[in-house]
Amino acid sequence: MAYSPSEELIAYTAQIVPRYPQKRSAIMMILHFIQRQDGRIALDAQEWVAAQLDLTPMQVREVVTFYPYYREHSVGKRYIRVCRTLSCALGGSYKVCDQLCAAFDTKPNEVSPDGRVTVEFAECLASCGTAPVIMIDDDLYENVTDAKLQELVDRIKAETPAEPAAPSA
Amino acid sequence: MLMSFPKSEPHPRERRIILKNAENPEFDQSIECALRHGGYAMQKKAFGMKPDEVHQEVLDSGIRGRGGAGFPAGMKWKFLDRKSGKPIYLICNADESEPGTFKDRQIMHKDPHQLIEGMMIAAYAINAAQAFIYIREEMPHAARILDDAIEEARAHNFVGENILGSGYSCELIVHRGAAAYICGEETGLIESLEGKRAYPRIKPPYFPAALGLYMCPTIVNNVETLCHVRHVIEYGGKEYAKIGVPNNTGTRIWCLSGHVQKPGYYELETGKVTYGELIHEIGGGLRPGRTLQAVIPGGSSAKVWRAGERFKGKLRDGTEFDWAIEDVPLDFDSPMAAGSMSGSGAIIVIDDSADIVEVLANINAFYAHESCGQCTPCREGSLWMKKITTRMVHGGARVEDGPLLASIGDQIAGRTICAHGEACAWPTQSFVAKFGDKFAGKAAETYTGTHRSEYRLI
Repeated sequence: MAYSPSEELIAYTAQIVPRYPQKRSAIMMILHFIQRQDGRIALDAQEWVAAQLDLTPMQVREVVTFYPYYREHSVGKRYIRVCRTLSCALGGSYKVCDQLCAAFDTKPNEVSPDGRVTVEFAECLASCGTAPVIMIDDDLYENVTDAKLQELVDRIKAETPAEPAAPSA
Repeated sequence: MLMSFPKSEPHPRERRIILKNAENPEFDQSIECALRHGGYAMQKKAFGMKPDEVHQEVLDSGIRGRGGAGFPAGMKWKFLDRKSGKPIYLICNADESEPGTFKDRQIMHKDPHQLIEGMMIAAYAINAAQAFIYIREEMPHAARILDDAIEEARAHNFVGENILGSGYSCELIVHRGAAAYICGEETGLIESLEGKRAYPRIKPPYFPAALGLYMCPTIVNNVETLCHVRHVIEYGGKEYAKIGVPNNTGTRIWCLSGHVQKPGYYELETGKVTYGELIHEIGGGLRPGRTLQAVIPGGSSAKVWRAGERFKGKLRDGTEFDWAIEDVPLDFDSPMAAGSMSGSGAIIVIDDSADIVEVLANINAFYAHESCGQCTPCREGSLWMKKITTRMVHGGARVEDGPLLASIGDQIAGRTICAHGEACAWPTQSFVAKFGDKFAGKAAETYTGTHRSEYRLI
C-alpha cells in the first residue's frame, strides 16, 4: 500500500528541500523526520522519499541501511542506548547494559516483552569524561551508577505504560 | 528554549579562551547574553576588513586544526580553488566521535553563538556561498540549540542576506548525521551531506579544497578550530601566535577520561603543560592503590604508550629529547615525536586493573563497527582483528595471535582510501608491539570464564 505522508511531513519536506543547493542533500533530514514520526522508516516511506527527491527507491534504501541510526523495524516506546566504547566500558557500561536488560526482561536490540523499551549498545556518545553514559530517547544521562540506573528504570516504568506486542506480531 | 548544562570550575593551570563564556555559570545560550559578553563584535571587526586580510590573520596565527590531523587552518584555506568560478562551501565538522573526545559538545551546548560567529568570519574570509554545520545524530539538543541560535543570529543580520550591510550573503544550516563515525572523515562527510552513503573519496584527486561538496571547492573545519577564528581576529594573528609555543599556537581543549580521579575537559595553552601534569595534577591522578599501565594520547586510534617507556630523539629544531610519558608536552608536535599523535586531543588513561588484551578488543569492536566497508583491507581486516582479540579474551588465545594480529594491521595501514585504515590498524599494531608479553602470555592463562578487567570490556 502506498505511504500516506502526514501534513507535517509534507510541510517539512517543502521547507527543507529548498535550503540545500541540491535536492538529494535533504534526504537525511527527511529520514530523521519520518523515523521520529513513525518510529521507523518503512519501505513504502522510502519510496515516497525517493519520489520527492527524484531518486530511485534503492538510492534511499542505500542510505537507510548504511547509517546505524536509521531503522526499518520498530523499537520499544523508549529507545535506550548504552555507550559501549572504551572510556564508558572502563566505567562499567557492559554491566549497565546487563542491568537494563534484566530490569526489562529483555535482550539487546529487541523490544522488551512489555513493549516499553529497546536497549542497544551505541558506539562512543562523546561524553567520555562522565562515563558510563546512556541515552534515553534524546536525553543523555551521565555517571550512571547503580542507584541512578534504578531511578531511571523506575521512572520509565512509571511513565511508560506496558503494552506487549500482539502475539501475531 | 534555553537549556542548562553543568559548568566546570577552571583549574588554575587552565587558560580559557574558547570555554571562557561557555563555562561561566552566568552565561546562557541566548543571543542577548552573547552580545552582552562581546559576541559578534569580532564579526563586525572582520567584516570591516578585506577577506584576504582576515585570511592573513588566520595564517599569521598559525592555528592548527583541532579535529585530528593538526593541519594549519590558514594553509587549508589557501588551497581553495578560486579559479574554477564554482561556489565555495564551508562545512563545520561537528561529528565529534573519536572515542575519548567530548569538547565540541560543550561549545555547542553552552556557547553556540561563538561557533556561529567564528563560522561567519571564516565564511567571509573564504567567500563561501553557503555554510553547513554537520552535527552527529547523538547530539539532538545541540542541533536544536544551534538551530535556535542561527535564527537569532539571522534576526540580528549576522547570518543571511547582506550581512551587516557588507553586501556579503551567506546562509548557515544545521545538517544531522545518523550515527556513522566515518562522517567525521571530511570526504565521507561531504558524501553524506550530498545525500549518499558516507564512502570517503580518494585523495588525489578529491581534495575538498578543489573538488568537495557537489564537486565545488569546500573547506571542512572542526568546531573548536572555527571558534578560534573569532579569537584570532580579537588578538590579531601575530599576537594570537604568542599563545602556546611556536608551531603549536593557541589554547586547546584536552579531554581526559578513563582511570583518573577527575576526568574532564581542560583548556590549556598548547605546549605549556605535560601529559604527566594533566594526568596526575589537573586530572587528580590515578585511583588510590592503582598504577599506570597505558596512555592513549590522542583518541582511540592513536598509538598507545606503555607506562615506563621512554622516547628519545631530536625535535625539528635540533634539540634532543629523552621523555617519559609524563614529560611529553601537550601539543601537536611532541606526541608525534614520541611515535603517536595528539589526534583529537583525547587522552584515555588505563591503569593496572584492566586486561590490556580486553582493552584492545573493545577498541577493535569500535573500528570494526565503523568501517564503511568500501575498501577490502579495512572492511575485512577490522573484523578479523575484532574476532581474534575477542576470542583471546574468551579463553581461545593462541601463542601466535600477537604476530597474526600485527600482520593483519600491517596489511591494512596504507592500503585504503581514507585514514580509517590507519585508525583501525594503529591500535592493534601498537598494542601488540608494546604489550607483546601480555598478548603472548594470554595463551598460557587458564580461562575461568570471568574477566580480568574490573568490568567486562567486550
